[in-house]
Amino acid sequence: MAKHELSDDSVIVVIGSGAGGGTLSNELCQKGFKVVLLEAGQRQSSATFHNDEWYAFNQLAWLDKRTTSGSWRVAKDFPNLPAWICKTVGGTTTHWAGASLRLQEHEFKARTYYSGIDGANLQDWPLTLAELEPYYAKAETKMGVTRTNDIPGLPGNNNFKVMYNGATKVGYKTVHTGRMAINSQPRDGRSGCWQLGFCFQGCKSGAKWSTLYTEIPKAEATGKLDLRPESMVMQIQHGANGKATGVLYADKDGHHQLQKARVVCVAGNSIETPRLLLNSSSSIFPNGLANSSGQVGKNYMRHTTGSVFGVFKKPVHFYRGTVMAGIIQDEAILDTKRGFTGGFELETISLGLPFTAAFVSPGAWGADYTDVLEQYPNMAAMWIVGEDMPQEKNAVTLHPTEKDKLGLPIPNVNYDDHANDLAMRTYAFKKGAAIYQAVGATQTIEVPPYPSTHNLGTCRQSENPGDGVCNKWGQTHDLKNLFVSDGSQFTTSAAENPTLTIVTLAIRQADYISDQCGKQNI
Amino acid sequence: MKRREFLKTGAIAIVGTAVATSGIIEASAAEEAAAQFSTLQPHEAQTLLQVARQIFPHRKLGDAPYWRVVSQLDGAAQSDPSVAKLLSDGVAQLDSSQGSKFIDLGNKHKVEALKSIETTPFFQKVRGVELQTLYSDPEVFKALKYQGASYAIGGYLRHGFNDIDWLPDPPESASPKLA
Repeated sequence: MAKHELSDDSVIVVIGSGAGGGTLSNELCQKGFKVVLLEAGQRQSSATFHNDEWYAFNQLAWLDKRTTSGSWRVAKDFPNLPAWICKTVGGTTTHWAGASLRLQEHEFKARTYYSGIDGANLQDWPLTLAELEPYYAKAETKMGVTRTNDIPGLPGNNNFKVMYNGATKVGYKTVHTGRMAINSQPRDGRSGCWQLGFCFQGCKSGAKWSTLYTEIPKAEATGKLDLRPESMVMQIQHGANGKATGVLYADKDGHHQLQKARVVCVAGNSIETPRLLLNSSSSIFPNGLANSSGQVGKNYMRHTTGSVFGVFKKPVHFYRGTVMAGIIQDEAILDTKRGFTGGFELETISLGLPFTAAFVSPGAWGADYTDVLEQYPNMAAMWIVGEDMPQEKNAVTLHPTEKDKLGLPIPNVNYDDHANDLAMRTYAFKKGAAIYQAVGATQTIEVPPYPSTHNLGTCRQSENPGDGVCNKWGQTHDLKNLFVSDGSQFTTSAAENPTLTIVTLAIRQADYISDQCGKQNI
Repeated sequence: MKRREFLKTGAIAIVGTAVATSGIIEASAAEEAAAQFSTLQPHEAQTLLQVARQIFPHRKLGDAPYWRVVSQLDGAAQSDPSVAKLLSDGVAQLDSSQGSKFIDLGNKHKVEALKSIETTPFFQKVRGVELQTLYSDPEVFKALKYQGASYAIGGYLRHGFNDIDWLPDPPESASPKLA
C-alpha cells in the first residue's frame, strides 16, 4: 500500500470508502492517480464478520449520535438513529443486500413527468438514462450482477417461494430472484453464495459485492492507494481562489492532520456529506462549502419504505438464505392512476429473531406482541422500496447546541412524509398483504420503516447552479475541484435501490476527473 | 458438579444449567440465583425477573433466559451507578404503586402496573436490555425455532434454504436451479 505525504498536493483525497468512494478510489488508482482514502471506521474482513445481528450492528453501524425531527415514524421509534448505515471500511456496501437495479428513463425526469405536486421540490436530473447506460454496463460487470453479462440468477429461497406464488396468484408478472450483486457462481476471485442468511451483517462468504474486498484491494494492488481507516474528516479547506486545497481530519489517535489535495471527493453518505460541507463554512463560503444555492442538506430522501410480514400455518424459515431473495417489479412503473405518482419495488426481506423482535413493532411489549413473535418460523416478509418526493424542509442540518467528541455540531435529520409518500405506502401495504393472503396467510403485519439505509439527495445534481449543489458529473457548482461522489448527488430518489447507480456515477466521475486533470482544468 | 458450585460461577451459568437439566427452575434455585448478583438486591432481582417475564412473556420459556436478562441488568448496574439507582428506584416505584409488592400481584395487575410506567426511563431500560438479551439467547432461539448463525455449517445452501413443500417451486426462469 502506498504512503502519500500530507504535504503532497498532487493527490486526490476521497472521503468515505463505500459504494461511491471505494469505487471512485479504485477507478482513479487504475488510471494512475495517487489517492488518499479517508475512512472514519475501522477495517474488518469476512473473517471478522459475525453471523449475529446485534454484534454486527455494533461492529459496523454508524452509531455516532444524531438527532431527528419531523413527522416520520423513525423520529419516534429511533430518535437517535435516523439511518442504518455503516462506519467501516467498505461503508454500507458491507451491509447492503445486493439489489442492483438501473433507474428508469422517466425517473431521470421527475419534474417533467410528475409535475404539479404540492410541496415537492422536483427537478429533472441533468443527465439521461442513455448517457448512463454504458456506465451501468461497466458497473454491472464490475459487481457481477446476476441476470446481466450471462450471469445466472440466484436460486430462490423459501421466502421467495412464498412471494412468487402469492404474487403470481394476484396477477403480477415480473417476479424473479432479482438482479443481485451476489455471485450465483464463483467469479472475480470470490465464491458463490452460501445462502448464509446474514447479508446485512457483512458477507462471510464474500459472495456479495462490497468495496471492502473488491475495489479497495484492487486499488491497493496498484501501489497508488493510501487508505487511512479511523480518520474522521472535520473540514474541507480552500484557498482564496475558491479551490479546495486539502482536508483537516482526526486520525485514529485523535490527532489533527492536514492532508493537502489537488481534488477532493466527498462520499460520506447523505448525512455526513452535507454535514461536512456545512461544517466547512468560511468567510468566503459563510453558508457552508458549495452551498451558494442553499440546497446543501436539503431535499433529503430515504425512499418510501415499510415491510409486510405474512404469517402462515406452515414453516417458512425466511431467515435461511439471501435477505433480498426476490423482487416484484410490476408496481415500479409510471402510472398516476393509483392515487400517487412514482413507483415502488417489492423485495423479500428477512430478519433474524433478534431484529424481528426489535423491528416488527418498535417499542411493543406484552402478550399480544410475543404471540406474534412466537410465529417466527412461519413468517415471510417483503420490503417496500418506493420513490419519495424531495422536499426542501426535509433536511440534514447542524444541531444548534450538541457537538460530537471532536467538537463538531452533530447532524439533525428532519423528515416529513409527503402526502404522495403516505398514499404509496398505504397502497403498497395493501398489495403486500393481498400477496400473502393469496397463499393462505393467517395474519399480515404492516411493519413501519426501519432507520434509513437509502439516504439520498442532500447535495443534488442540477442543471442550474441555483437548484442544486453539483453538476451531472458530481462536480460542485461552486468549487471546480470539489466533487460529491455518493447518493447525495441524486436529484430524485427513483424507486430502485441506489447502490448500482452510485457505483455507476463513480465510474463515470473518475473518467471526468481524469479528463479534467489532463486538461489542467482542475 | 453440584448446583451450589454452579452458583459461584454466576447467575448466567447457574440458571442456564438448571434449565438444561430439569426444564424448569425450582423456586429455591431462583432465590439462590437472586442472591448472587453483584449490585442488585435479592428483592430487586426477583422483581426484575417478574417484570422481564411480563414485558416479553413466553409461556414456553422457563425462568432461565429471563434470569440472564436480570444478570445483564445487574452488570449494567455494577458498571454504572446511575443505572443501579434507576433500577432500584424503579422497583421501589412498582412496589408502591398498587398497594402491594409487584411480585405479589396477579398477572393482570402486573400488566396494569407496567402499563402505567411504560414511558419511564426505568421501563425503557429494562425493555431495551431484555430485547437485546432475551432474543439473542440460544435457548430462546431454540424455543422459537431460529437456527441463527450458519457459517459453521456452510450456510443454508445444503441446509434447507428452499425446502418448503407446501407451495410449488417457481419456474426456473424466475428461480434458477443452483448453478
